[in-house]
Amino acid sequence: MSGNHHSHDAHHGAEHADHGSTKSYVVGFVLSVVLTLASFGVVMSGKVPHDLMMPGIIVFGVAQLIVQLKYFLHMGLSPSQRSNFAIMLFTLLILAIVVVGSLWVMHNMNANMMHPTSQMMPVE
Amino acid sequence: MFGKLTLDAIPYHEPIVMGTLVAVILGGLAMLAVITKFRLWGYLWKEWFTSVDHKKIGIMYIIVALVMLLRGFSDAIMMRMQQAMAAGESAGYLPPHHFDQVFTAHGVIMIFFVAMPFITGLMNMVVPLQIGARDVAYPFLNSLSFWLFMSGVVLVMVSLFVGDFAATGWLAYPPLSGIKYSPTVGVDYYIWSLQLSGLGTTLSGINFIVTIMKMRAPGMTLMKMPVFTWTALVTNILIVAAFPILTVTLALLTADRYLDMHFFTNELGGNAMMYVNMIWIWGHPEVYILILPCFGAFSEIVATFSKKPLFGYTSMVYATSCIGVLSFVVWLHHFFTMGSGANVNAFFGITTMIISVPTGAKLFNWLFTMYRGRVQFTVPMLWTVGFMVTFVIGGVTGVLLAVPGADFLLHNSVFLIAHFHNVIIGGVVFGVFAAINYWFPKAFGFRLNEFWGKASFWCWLVGFWMAFAPLYVLGLKGMTRRMNHYANPDWQPFLIVAALGAAVIALGIFCTLVQFYVSIRDRKKLTDPSGDPWGGRTLEWAISSPAPFYNFAIVPQIKELDQFWEDKQNGVAYVQPAKYEDIHMPRNTGVGVVMGAFGTVLGFALVWHIWWLAAVGLLGMIGAFIVRAYDRDIDYWVPAAEVEKIERSRHAQLQQFQTTQVAPVAAPQRQKVA
Amino acid sequence: MSSAAVRASHGAHDDVLHGGGVDHHHHDDGSKTLLGFWIYLMSDCLIFSGLFATFAVLANSTAGGPTGKELFELPYVLGETMLLLISSVTFGMAMLNMHAGKKGGVVAWLAVTFLFGAGFIGMEVYEFAKLVHEGAGPSTSAFLSSYFTLVGTHGLHVTCGLIWLVVMMDQIRRFGLTDATQRRLSCLSLFWHFLDIVWICVFTFVYLRGAI
Repeated sequence: MSGNHHSHDAHHGAEHADHGSTKSYVVGFVLSVVLTLASFGVVMSGKVPHDLMMPGIIVFGVAQLIVQLKYFLHMGLSPSQRSNFAIMLFTLLILAIVVVGSLWVMHNMNANMMHPTSQMMPVE
Repeated sequence: MFGKLTLDAIPYHEPIVMGTLVAVILGGLAMLAVITKFRLWGYLWKEWFTSVDHKKIGIMYIIVALVMLLRGFSDAIMMRMQQAMAAGESAGYLPPHHFDQVFTAHGVIMIFFVAMPFITGLMNMVVPLQIGARDVAYPFLNSLSFWLFMSGVVLVMVSLFVGDFAATGWLAYPPLSGIKYSPTVGVDYYIWSLQLSGLGTTLSGINFIVTIMKMRAPGMTLMKMPVFTWTALVTNILIVAAFPILTVTLALLTADRYLDMHFFTNELGGNAMMYVNMIWIWGHPEVYILILPCFGAFSEIVATFSKKPLFGYTSMVYATSCIGVLSFVVWLHHFFTMGSGANVNAFFGITTMIISVPTGAKLFNWLFTMYRGRVQFTVPMLWTVGFMVTFVIGGVTGVLLAVPGADFLLHNSVFLIAHFHNVIIGGVVFGVFAAINYWFPKAFGFRLNEFWGKASFWCWLVGFWMAFAPLYVLGLKGMTRRMNHYANPDWQPFLIVAALGAAVIALGIFCTLVQFYVSIRDRKKLTDPSGDPWGGRTLEWAISSPAPFYNFAIVPQIKELDQFWEDKQNGVAYVQPAKYEDIHMPRNTGVGVVMGAFGTVLGFALVWHIWWLAAVGLLGMIGAFIVRAYDRDIDYWVPAAEVEKIERSRHAQLQQFQTTQVAPVAAPQRQKVA
Repeated sequence: MSSAAVRASHGAHDDVLHGGGVDHHHHDDGSKTLLGFWIYLMSDCLIFSGLFATFAVLANSTAGGPTGKELFELPYVLGETMLLLISSVTFGMAMLNMHAGKKGGVVAWLAVTFLFGAGFIGMEVYEFAKLVHEGAGPSTSAFLSSYFTLVGTHGLHVTCGLIWLVVMMDQIRRFGLTDATQRRLSCLSLFWHFLDIVWICVFTFVYLRGAI
């Protein structure tokens, strides 16, 4: 039985090169905390110019997404991870189409059809 | 105690509905009596309902789809009759509210409960066989998907007799579908039946992606995969990417109706356009979900019956993938007229025109496959040729509608109705019938009758054009869709012709039913002893008909695109292995049926606001799933001796057949093998 | 229908006969399950994309009601975020224990994870109750409808994760770290971290953007 288990572990090690270690989880955690505080700091501190707030939180947010994907979900470009990575990229493409497409379509529609919401937004 | 449900929910005063109800009850009782008399309950339960065998699940999907086709088609006949009658002074025989439910039910049933199960059933039946797998990746999940789909079917059917169905059109646009303008339970039936079956569809999408990615026979690289499997892969990717959007959209409509939220209402900032936008982000990929596997089936059929390899396999694969991605960037062409402006409309008009290019490339591939081939005009091939002619015209009218300026004139006219029936009937229905005729022997071990198959084809082809050519004309004359009554008497002759066309299609459906009856009666004569009745090219034809429950005794090694064809050419197709191995198989389970039943209860309770019953349904579903997670006896082994016994009798049958040479179709290859 | 006979004649004893084979089979199953679960997560991700798109479109449709700037309390949200982040790293510890084959460690860390997850849900329920109490419930405006639905859907996912955690703790206690429980725990791990990622998008695009 223990023999089976051993072979199991060895196999696993080859398939998924990265299970993470205590160190990598701690690094990921610290980075996440720092980036979270940075994001909240941008808005809450009152020291960041208004125009830079939106870009600021997006940059920190995206950075944290990458950190979590790498340290917690163990995403990478190793051969065993490649199909998962490709699936994720395709998902991101569809996600972008859904969100950006909806915003574009709806913004134009609201502007042209004078939807009440658009009265509160600058019409381009 | 019973929420909104009272005895008044049963429409006593509607003679058509009550007549149907009586017929359904009598028919249902007769069926139950027959099943009980012949003691079939145990057989059905053990061999079918609890089965996790992909072939049986596929067959069940297709049987349900055929039954629902009859329901959806009776709706179509009712609409055609109403429109043929209701000109000028005459009001026809259907009151407006009933007519609205009929066209809504027709659309919903035909897309979700006919076309989708046909496609899912075909993929279930064929994909594992084509890739040399013994089952799908998650056999239990497959059974669960089917039963979730069934609970959607049950809800739609119940809505006919208890309460009403949505009267909103098949996509239930708000604010009409909101609680203010649709206060009855019709839209709720619509929502919950689609949510349940949609969940099943998403799960089977995941199942098939993993099956195709992980379970191909050794050596079968992606570019050695049969075209049908390729189209199935892309279709399932589209399912997994698009159905979540449908789930969200319907969930938000549900929140509006049940929780007094304001996503799509007229007041408090709601925006009904957002619903239209979202539902078409799902809706346009959906039409490609339906058509791509049909393209795959046509590709297999054209190559088989032209006795040539498919022309342009690689371009076929790339065209399929291109369509898959492009199908996500054309959705706005369904609502050019909603006022997004010239720049937005231009973008989506152009993408729509671009998406027709890979489809056109596919047509040329099929034509070049036939060119200089020894084409055999069997029933599947007739459907295929009929498709090529019909679908092209549907495609051309589609490109015409893709021009935003033209769309402003034709939007919501019956020209549009004619267009999408042209592509859905000409593409999906013809494709499904071609595929059923083609793969039927693999499922049941005998071929379908040729005569009645051909009769069905000609009725459908002629009937289709009679029913929808007039609608193209009427659309250009300005007739809008979904009309219960019209004042212009000039339209009536066209609509009478259309109604006659529907009658001819009815004849075609009748011929199909006769075809099944005659084929089952003559099954001895039509038997397929070789397992390869058409001289096929792909792996499913290498095994016996019907396929053994473990599919492949020995997992095949793949070196070529059409490995089985190559093996036949080299005379090594039917070599018996020296030794068989134990085969690992999943065990049947009733958990899928139980979860589906609880799902039906949940849906029904939510429709009627019976909250305690809804809790029972939900907890039952979750509980059954958790119980399943504790079941560790989920698989078993078929000993090699058992496999050897089954394979021995198969090879004995094959040898007997090869010496007698019954089937002239496959004769040339056979001689080489012998 | 010879399959019926075949099926009936094979019982659970087969596992004993095919010890090595079972192991081999379950391995294939493991990678298949993880791929399938990943694809499921991606489809779930697209559910959230629909909700985010709706929120983005309706974010300004307050219909004269309260705006995000007036309602959101960022320090409170920061607290919720920290709970989720900590639960992520404690789940990581459970996974490390699993790979080391320490059954007790896995259950203990899962229990810790459960507490932090439950804390998050508790805070969210309190936040929602407070908003409703202040007259800013989901029926107040399209903006609030989409806010409650988006954040609530995330909360619902975390709740499902909590139920799953309980089931897994029980299964590991009963069955030990078998192939099946390890496989399921790996899936749950993906699920839990995935919810963290969704939450990053929630606090960035709902709370912080709303407060700007």
